[in-house]
Amino acid sequence: MGNRSIVPYGPQHPVLPEPIHLDLVLEDEKVLAAIPSIGFIHRGLESLTSKKDFNEMAYVAERICGICSFMHGMGYCMALEDIMNVEVPRRAEYLRTIWCEMSRLHSHLLWLGLLADGFGFESLFMHSWRLREKILDMFEASTGGRVIFSVNTIGGVLKDMPKDMLEDFVRQLNDMEKEIRQTTEIFLSDYTVKSRLVDVGILSGEDAIRRGAVGPMMRASGINVDMRKNGYAAYNDLDFEVITSNKCDSYARCEVRIGEIFQSIELIRQCVAKIPDTEINTKVTGMPNGESIIRVEQPRGEAFYHVRANGTKFLDRFRVRTPTFANIPALTQTLQGCQYGDVPLLVLTIDPCISCTER
Amino acid sequence: MGQFLPFYKQVFKNLFSKPATTQYPFKPKEYPERTRGHIEINKDQCILCGMCMRSCPPGAINVDRAGKTWTINRFDCIQCGYCAEKCPKKCLSIIPGYQEPGAEKFAETVEVPYEPPKPAAKPAAPAAQGNAAPAAQGNSAAPAAATAQGNGTAPAAAQANAAEKADSTSGD
Repeated sequence: MGNRSIVPYGPQHPVLPEPIHLDLVLEDEKVLAAIPSIGFIHRGLESLTSKKDFNEMAYVAERICGICSFMHGMGYCMALEDIMNVEVPRRAEYLRTIWCEMSRLHSHLLWLGLLADGFGFESLFMHSWRLREKILDMFEASTGGRVIFSVNTIGGVLKDMPKDMLEDFVRQLNDMEKEIRQTTEIFLSDYTVKSRLVDVGILSGEDAIRRGAVGPMMRASGINVDMRKNGYAAYNDLDFEVITSNKCDSYARCEVRIGEIFQSIELIRQCVAKIPDTEINTKVTGMPNGESIIRVEQPRGEAFYHVRANGTKFLDRFRVRTPTFANIPALTQTLQGCQYGDVPLLVLTIDPCISCTER
Repeated sequence: MGQFLPFYKQVFKNLFSKPATTQYPFKPKEYPERTRGHIEINKDQCILCGMCMRSCPPGAINVDRAGKTWTINRFDCIQCGYCAEKCPKKCLSIIPGYQEPGAEKFAETVEVPYEPPKPAAKPAAPAAQGNAAPAAQGNSAAPAAATAQGNGTAPAAAQANAAEKADSTSGD
């Protein structure tokens, strides 16, 4: 038996500039257990429902996260649309799907960059973010914002994308696809990268289910689960296969996310080919009264929204369970038995978004 | 060796390609037309209804009906565009160009020339306008009233009435 010690890890910018704290129980260099604690940047966004009316909350909801902001806004609006029995025009559903997939693209490219930075491959980090920048430019051209888009409203979307803009986006994505393939090839085949990822942080399929993992973390353990297959927005019209991997390690998580990048590009192409020409929003009148649960697939996994309304303009309850929160138990599992030097990498492989988690 | 090659390709490409970044201060960024930079008000159309103030999520807008001003604290504004969407006269728009940073938060006040319609004055509005123009130009509202008093009682009442209206409209 070696020397046992407890190392406090975080909350000051452990591997990414977001505060999560882990108490790592070490035996020499080996991690025996990790005890997470969160709550350093709680903002009380959910309780704002008592101060902001349900229309304003759409803008508050998308500020839960800076990366999947579009999907947070969309999830909230979907819940309200469900409560108020609003039928969203088909074109709005397609536009939402396109923006969702663009969010997934830029989130996964961001994650690849962070991963490269996490294991010290700085130039690969720069290349991933160079590619991501183009997606942000596309967001700015279509919604007017690079991080917060403010295009979701209850009953549809606020901005339309004209035909030439959509075609231009597809052209840009086609060009980018080659570059992304070149960069992601490095992640998948480079010796240095593989030495850090392969067989590190094993999470078996059984453990993933038991710990309630979501998103790419679950799919990298060979479990086929993707909320998009439930067919919200325009996903029921689109043809796609859920990407899974049976390797269960960090490399598999990287592989799944890279697969999803190309899948997203393909889904945007399908959307642009199929998008119908209808209105983009319906007028919503009255106050919401009822309860709804919505699940959407964010880049990091499944997000869960529970909204309860009482017939006034203020909601009774607004609860969000973000994917990172669901993945923290799985993270503690992968940390058990790993080397101390691999901890930053493993924290990164769940694609943590602590601001999301705290709300 | 194959496993080392992928990045070498990229490295050689980097050596002979242009930088991906722009030379920022010398070559400023061009914003697309949809960029939500800041809120602009068309003050001639504003009716001071206060919808923007009530809908603003961070409470950055303040509308003073009595003082006829529209105030925005651009440091609090989150550029969501909800006010522009709610505005019944569509006098608010969100256009490119961000608020420059500053040492302290300050509010920007716009004087709105809106004149709320007076239900009592409405039927006589055309006559009042006709009289108001010369009255305002020559600033002769007071002498007109004085002469009216000297002339007699019956027309004096009518002319004094007109002078009063001229007073109220000359504030425009």
